[in-house]
Amino acid sequence: MKRIIVCLKQAVDVSQLKVNAATRQLITAGVPKKISDFDKNALEEAIKIREKLGGVEVVTLTMGSEDPKTVLREALAMGADKAYVVNDPGVQGIDTSGTAYVLAEGAKRIGGFDLILCGETSLDSFSGLVGSRTAELLNLPQITSVRKLSVEGGIVTAERALEDASEIMKAKMPALVTVTREINQPRIPSLMMIMKASKKEIVTWTLADLGIPKEKLSPKIEVIEALAPKMERKKVKITGETVQEIAEKLAKALIQEGVVGR
Amino acid sequence: MSTISENKGIWVYSESYDLILEMLGKGRELADQLKTQLIAIVIGHDVHDKATELVKYGADKVYLVDNPSLGRFQSDMYLSVLHDLAASQKPDIILIGSTKNGKPLAARLATRLEAGCVPDCNRLSVDEKGKLIGERITYGGNATAKVTFNTKPQIATVPERVFDKPSPQNRHGQLAKLDVKTEPPKTEVIETKPLEASSARIEEAEAIISCGRGLTRKEDKILLDELAGVLCGQVGCSRPLAEDRKWFTEWVGLSGHKVKPKLYIACGISGVIQHVAGIRDSKVIVAINKDPEAPIFEVADYGVVGDLYEILPALKDALKKMLQ
Repeated sequence: MKRIIVCLKQAVDVSQLKVNAATRQLITAGVPKKISDFDKNALEEAIKIREKLGGVEVVTLTMGSEDPKTVLREALAMGADKAYVVNDPGVQGIDTSGTAYVLAEGAKRIGGFDLILCGETSLDSFSGLVGSRTAELLNLPQITSVRKLSVEGGIVTAERALEDASEIMKAKMPALVTVTREINQPRIPSLMMIMKASKKEIVTWTLADLGIPKEKLSPKIEVIEALAPKMERKKVKITGETVQEIAEKLAKALIQEGVVGR
Repeated sequence: MSTISENKGIWVYSESYDLILEMLGKGRELADQLKTQLIAIVIGHDVHDKATELVKYGADKVYLVDNPSLGRFQSDMYLSVLHDLAASQKPDIILIGSTKNGKPLAARLATRLEAGCVPDCNRLSVDEKGKLIGERITYGGNATAKVTFNTKPQIATVPERVFDKPSPQNRHGQLAKLDVKTEPPKTEVIETKPLEASSARIEEAEAIISCGRGLTRKEDKILLDELAGVLCGQVGCSRPLAEDRKWFTEWVGLSGHKVKPKLYIACGISGVIQHVAGIRDSKVIVAINKDPEAPIFEVADYGVVGDLYEILPALKDALKKMLQ
């Protein structure tokens, strides 16, 4: 095993989003970005494989219209050997088909990989399509929603959680695997690792560097609006002198709603 | 030229039979609006009878691909079947069940067809030009996005239990058996284990009693179990109890199970937006929390400021008495 590519998304930190109460518009300007949580699990898994097998290079691949160097420092501090970035204003507003196209071209350019690891979905858009689309473009075997992973003798074996069963699937490498958050606990880099990371290389490409024509990235879907959801709830506070009184009032309300009993 | 000849119909596919039925219900509505055909795709082996049934649930046509090699879901083989059919028939809209197997399938199909895909739609409609609009939760539950398409086919995935299963009717439709070549599989399933029998599917519960950080000891879960017993419901939890404390293996929320029971009782759950996004479609939400400022009260129909350790046993007794 020579090389693992981990795809990292620079995602909006959704826990810091605010909503304009009047218009229900999200306020995204100035919201910090971070490595999408699921992708951190993918990176952790790659580092674990390297620790186990030795001699494996772990590189990250990120695409963005903003310079993601700060978030990549964190990935390098966690233990990635090298980071690749496709940084180009031309990727602004592209959809999952375009993103996968850029990642696939980036992976081809890096070359020599046995495994591509991705988070099964992303923290902000939560689409969960890019991993599968990338595998399809690269004509790779893909195993999705993986919560346990092992590699041996050119074969990747993975446990997936389905709706009503779990299954163990194997594929010949090179392959693409998407991971869930249960697969591991991403490490927190030590001060020493953070210092070491500053010496690691970040390679930056533009779309032109990868020979990607703009028409390949034209979005196939379009967001008409994204508004904070309306929650129209009754918001009735149930109060009373005693716990019993409160409980009885609540029970009565639930029976009247027709949501309990037959 | 009639609209029907311009419009090559709405397709519905899932490896889950229930999801096909649910999507046929919504699909029928859209097909009537667009004056087009609703077509169900069935892939498998020995599934002729089940395929025929789909006409009763709203399909105008059923395309059946029945082959011993397709007896169980295999993503590469099923993808090649769907792709070949779609590439030759050119449907306008393809709805695919958003299961763990269905969503990657949709993503790959969209890629092969150079099409757009809107995943996990909890609403579907068509605009005045006949374009599909999907609505989905995004930004970690902070927003609902309305998304439309620039290209065709328009592929959307639909999670289970978002749309109601239609009731069967006496309708007429066609069944077409198709023969399709499949490509060799790139992956192999070497073992399948059903999930532990104890974990009845929470999506199917009519009442869910969930706990959050307000539950201080694992053993105290019995308080929820007892209330669930009276309500014939199931017990769930918020993410910290599963991910941090490991008291549960699964949780309710955007990244866990999305539920829409008749009754959701949140006990000691603060109500972060990711949790709320997983319960938003519940009919009635009850919040029990010591903290009067907890955001869960903003999204609840009934709120009780109080200690779950006192309220739950009292509520159980009250309901038991009244329901007798």
